[in-house]
Amino acid sequence: MADGSSSDGFVAFERVQKSYDGETLVVKDLNLSMPKGEFLTMLGPSGSGKTTCLMMLAGFETATHGEIKLDGVSINNIPPHKRGIGMVFQNYALFPHMTVAENLAFPLEVRKLGKSERDEKVKRALDMVQMGDFGGRRPAQLSGGQQQRIALARALVFEPELVLMDEPLGALDKQLREHMQFEITNLAHSLGITVVYVTHDQTEALTMSDRVAVFNDGRIQQLAAPDVLYEEPQNSFVAQFIGENNTLQGNIQEIQGETCVVKLDDGQVIDAKPVNVTEVGERTTISIRPERVEFNPTKLSDDAHTLKAEVLEFIYMGDIFRTRLRVAGNDNFVVKTRNSPDQVRFKPGEHVELGWLPRDCRALDAS
Amino acid sequence: MTDATSDPDKIEGPTPDNALRAADAAENLGGPVLAADGTPLKKSLARALRMQKLRALALIAPLLIFVLVTFIAPIADMLFRSVENQIVSETLPRTVAALEDWDAESGELPGDAVFEAAYTDIFIAAENKRHTRLGTRLNYELTGVSSLFRKSGRGLDDIGEVYLDQFEDLDENWDEALPWAELMGTEASVAAFREWEAAEDAAREAGRDFDEPIPSFELRADISETLPRTAEMYQRFATFMEVEEEDSAFEEEPWSIVYTRLYEDLRDGDMSSYDGPRAEMLQAADALVDNPDFETVTLQDGFEEIDEDWLDPEVWRTIQTYSPNYTSGYFLNAVDMQKTPDGPALRDEDERIYGLLFKRTMFMSLMITFSCILLAYPVAYLLSNLPMRSANLLMILVLLPFWTSLLVRTSAWKVMLQQQGVINDVLVWLGLVGDAERLVMINNQFGTIVAMTHILLPFMILPMYSVMSTIPPYYVRAAKSLGATNWTAFWRVYFPQSVPGIGAGSILVFILAIGYYITPEIVGGTTGTFISNRIAYHISSSLNWGLAAALGTILLAVVLILYWAYDRIVGIDNVKLGG
Repeated sequence: MADGSSSDGFVAFERVQKSYDGETLVVKDLNLSMPKGEFLTMLGPSGSGKTTCLMMLAGFETATHGEIKLDGVSINNIPPHKRGIGMVFQNYALFPHMTVAENLAFPLEVRKLGKSERDEKVKRALDMVQMGDFGGRRPAQLSGGQQQRIALARALVFEPELVLMDEPLGALDKQLREHMQFEITNLAHSLGITVVYVTHDQTEALTMSDRVAVFNDGRIQQLAAPDVLYEEPQNSFVAQFIGENNTLQGNIQEIQGETCVVKLDDGQVIDAKPVNVTEVGERTTISIRPERVEFNPTKLSDDAHTLKAEVLEFIYMGDIFRTRLRVAGNDNFVVKTRNSPDQVRFKPGEHVELGWLPRDCRALDAS
Repeated sequence: MTDATSDPDKIEGPTPDNALRAADAAENLGGPVLAADGTPLKKSLARALRMQKLRALALIAPLLIFVLVTFIAPIADMLFRSVENQIVSETLPRTVAALEDWDAESGELPGDAVFEAAYTDIFIAAENKRHTRLGTRLNYELTGVSSLFRKSGRGLDDIGEVYLDQFEDLDENWDEALPWAELMGTEASVAAFREWEAAEDAAREAGRDFDEPIPSFELRADISETLPRTAEMYQRFATFMEVEEEDSAFEEEPWSIVYTRLYEDLRDGDMSSYDGPRAEMLQAADALVDNPDFETVTLQDGFEEIDEDWLDPEVWRTIQTYSPNYTSGYFLNAVDMQKTPDGPALRDEDERIYGLLFKRTMFMSLMITFSCILLAYPVAYLLSNLPMRSANLLMILVLLPFWTSLLVRTSAWKVMLQQQGVINDVLVWLGLVGDAERLVMINNQFGTIVAMTHILLPFMILPMYSVMSTIPPYYVRAAKSLGATNWTAFWRVYFPQSVPGIGAGSILVFILAIGYYITPEIVGGTTGTFISNRIAYHISSSLNWGLAAALGTILLAVVLILYWAYDRIVGIDNVKLGG
């Protein structure tokens, strides 16, 4: 299901497989290609193979099968230190026995740069992350956010074209994380570097990336821009994994081009857009985002199908209302409505009718 | 007040901060802060914590007492022995006092007063059986003194016997216990003794048990004026008999020295006016002494008779030098020096031994520590980087020797390294070494270093391992991703982080090695022994505990100085045993 697997990308995985024990594949037939300057995020639950992919790219793991190419050249047999890839580790991995400046000078030193050039680059990198005054400190004397910046500066100081980041914001608190997300994307775009970013935080993935590769079970489930991923998930895993999502089970009753009618398990029928269903009578999971549900069927077209629902809970959240309903046997059907003057505030026990535009509701595989 | 908005301290109006400060100030107005019941808060807090502190103290008290009694106290006692020297002045108090005026550098023998004092001191010491101990002590400083004192203990009787024989020839009573007692004692005490004797005889005839104690001897007051020296010595003899021997002056003839004293008193005094008990016996003796034919001995001759060494000023100089209660002699000895009239000086070249031993101990301990580092580092590295299963197996292999007896391991090295041993056999078999020139690998420094490196290796591996296992693998990965080769990543990133483990292991191994005793004793031969072997020798064989204590003190000081230097150079914070 992965698309964009052309061989002319800056970074390319071609039919890559990885197994640790010779019995199970951790990465199954991975194909991926990314152009220069792209910010690509590998997103997925733990154990989905995303970190393994990153480690193979960095050179710390070897691919069991397939080829990894950097700028058109296979790097399978190139040791990590010759790949010239910058990397930011989850725990920052700042060398505790060196000062911040020495940490930053390290990659330049091993590249045998002169002292003055080294100092200048270190200074520039520190200024870039607004840590100019901290060169003499030890990593242990810095806060988590500061260490994060230094780790970033160290990965960038030798001007690599490709930078890998392995959950770099995982250890930060929420506010700092959001701030750093913004800084990292800005920096990446202004420097024009290519970034492969691994995370299991979907908000991070959506806000930072040009494209997101959703990993599960050793495969890329979908590779797309954040908005496409959110609005047009290709299968039920992606729909569930990205953002909040309501699902209902049913069978396809009829398919007419871009719309189909699904008969839910309690007998009601509703409109949906067929995504990966093809035959009438096929089992399907329909997926609808909470903010795309309409309480006012008059806004929909006349022949639209609607569902009966019972309000179980109404939560006032300031800018939005969050209503939990029972729809076709599902007690966790959530609807978000904007707090506008004409919006009705429901009471638990109330019976309502709801519907949606067929294009917002996607009929996906049954899993 | 122009910048009131920017400076929080100048804001008029209450801020939360100001309010707190105001509250604090209000409480502080009335002196110390008070608890709810009105007592000062500090006192109240101390009272609340006192129980906790006492409980904590009670919990550690058993161990504390144990450590104090069994560890600190013996060490303190041992250290004290290295300077303690009371034996000389306790055993020879008069001699030490008499020698004070003697100038050792004159090269002349000390005067008669000194011989007089020494005669009394050594005689009494011999009766108390303390003269041999003193002889042993002084023998450390001057060889031969030990036998000199032993001989003198027996020989000093000869002087008194010259007089005893002559007095006895004159009157048999002089060699009897009771006449002496009558001459010296109060009438009451003599009468009490006679009564007791009669009672004992009666009891013996009747076949009864008789266990009444012999009545005490009491010195008569006027005899101390007539025969002052004799009385003083006789009193000493009588007390000694009663207290030490559980006997009585009534039943034992006096020490030979008493006869010497009697002679001196008779020579100097006139007994014609004496009219106490045994007057005619004493007056007859006085007449005998005044007779020119009476044979006398000077004390100096008497001492010479025992051993000519007594005429050697060196003996007297040694006694004088070591007469103070505390001495630096043991320490000087421990650094190959000795006391001379010109102050401390190095011993002759061929008598120096401890400096060499200290240097050798340091050198070999450093060698052992260094070879332990070399061997342990790769093992510790493997241990901390292998997968769990293999690491555990390796760990057992490391610990296995640790659980084997030290003696067994050392003896095994003896089997391996000796000239007819496994290694030599293999080398000969391979033809690398001729049968005639088998390598000497044991009973020398090489053997000691090999065996001790093996024995102390776990002490190096374990701290290294515990430090290395805390170094996360991502540091090396980070270094490689930054462009470092395997070697650079190891040397610049991994190794510096493992240094605390090396430090901890080195301190452990070095300090253990410097005081090691059993292994050098078994495989060290003569060139591979440590200072500790010498200490053990002085403790168990030569019994020169003072010197052993001084050597031990120096060793302790060396270790402390090295530890201090290590702290200054490496920093003790950089030593980690784990975590």
